[in-house]
Amino acid sequence: METRLFVLQRMSAMFLAPLVIVHLVLILYAVRGGLTADEILARTQGSIGWTLFYGVFVLAASVHAPIGVRNVLREWTSWRGHSLDVAMLVLATALMASGLRAVWAVVA
Amino acid sequence: MGGGGVNRARTDRRHAGFAAFVIHRLSGVMLALFLPLHFLALGLALDGARALDAFLTFAELPWVKVSEWGLVVLLTVHLTFGLRILALEFLPWRGVRKRWIGWGAGVAVAAGLLFVVSVR
Amino acid sequence: MSNESNHLQVSIWRGKSEGRLVAYEVPARANQTVLDVVTWVQRHREPSLAYRFACRVGMCGSCAMTVNGRPRWTCRTHVRKVAEDGCLIVEPLRNLPRIKDLVCDMTPFFEKWQRAGGRFKGNAGRGDPIPRLDPSSPQRRAADAAIECINCAVCYSACDTVAWNPDYLGPAALNRAWTLVNDTRHVEQGRILDTIGEAGGCHDCHTHGSCVEYCPVELNPTASIAGLKRRTVRRLFATGDA
Repeated sequence: METRLFVLQRMSAMFLAPLVIVHLVLILYAVRGGLTADEILARTQGSIGWTLFYGVFVLAASVHAPIGVRNVLREWTSWRGHSLDVAMLVLATALMASGLRAVWAVVA
Repeated sequence: MGGGGVNRARTDRRHAGFAAFVIHRLSGVMLALFLPLHFLALGLALDGARALDAFLTFAELPWVKVSEWGLVVLLTVHLTFGLRILALEFLPWRGVRKRWIGWGAGVAVAAGLLFVVSVR
Repeated sequence: MSNESNHLQVSIWRGKSEGRLVAYEVPARANQTVLDVVTWVQRHREPSLAYRFACRVGMCGSCAMTVNGRPRWTCRTHVRKVAEDGCLIVEPLRNLPRIKDLVCDMTPFFEKWQRAGGRFKGNAGRGDPIPRLDPSSPQRRAADAAIECINCAVCYSACDTVAWNPDYLGPAALNRAWTLVNDTRHVEQGRILDTIGEAGGCHDCHTHGSCVEYCPVELNPTASIAGLKRRTVRRLFATGDA
């Protein structure tokens, strides 16, 4: 399992890298002159491109974050074993669900 | 087996690779904690643009803006230090690429500065 | 050095599983190593001080200890380079059980070495022709880059992941496994990949690089471990086996 988690972690990282760069550039552009809901939604609503962009972003982050958090907990707390793995799966699902809901909220 | 027991000694961890690891890990943890809040905030748009605007108004508070700056820096540094790890693991070995740490931190500081001048 | 006296203030860890630092005043000399200092204490102040050394010329790795927080070969550590204001703190290596004073039990270190598959196994016999190995082949070069390890446990002591994760095989064992994975005569490479691909194996390495920082022979366990990571990925995609 460790090899599979490693592969998922590194592959999700490779997907996230370009998405994060675009996201950072967008943040720096969008905050100029203040941020309003209309501004954000005008960009994202009905856009297939942003739907795909943020959809992939959420999926990749939902895989990447829990695997990372699992490492931290295993090394810096006494929590390890099956219950930790289940908790991380729950975290991944929760992130995916709330993330895809957020994507829907801004593109629909 | 021998005496067992205490096997710690004081440890000097002052080298760049370790500092990069700590920053990478802590930034990751903080981003992971932030992510659910980010998703919930964006989800407010389900109740219409006005609901999201109410949140964005709250986000104009100075301490929130400072936190946003912090998140931009944390995200950038996690990205740059993460790229170094991918390079160390998957590209031909060229040493521990210590210079990438300096550059990575520099890019994160630059991103933070760009945020400060852009946000108004 | 701001301390003008011709004495060093040396704190040495004494005890078994429990213990404390004991302070000694040691005459400072123009050229002395930390091993010289420990030896002076044992000969003139504390006959019962236990410590290991052998060659005393930087070849065997027996004298490895923690000096001012850093794992080093004490025979190759000049006092002048590490003593901050004429003060030295000498402790046993980290991450290993303590036997007495500066002496650690190396058993767990060697157990992990074996568990990672560090024992060579070939299938040629006495009557078989000598296998031809091209020293310039990528595999042989990879093995040669890592082969000079003399099991001094400095990297094992330097590694925080070893400290935080008791299952972790550690840099030396994994470095050795990498040399055998690249040895075309070795017949148990599959077994190595099985072991280093599960919990405690190469994926527990987070590339702190402390092993590279401190290895007295200038090896790169981090590079070897990265090589093992790539191998496990390749095997997963090629065979579906983790």
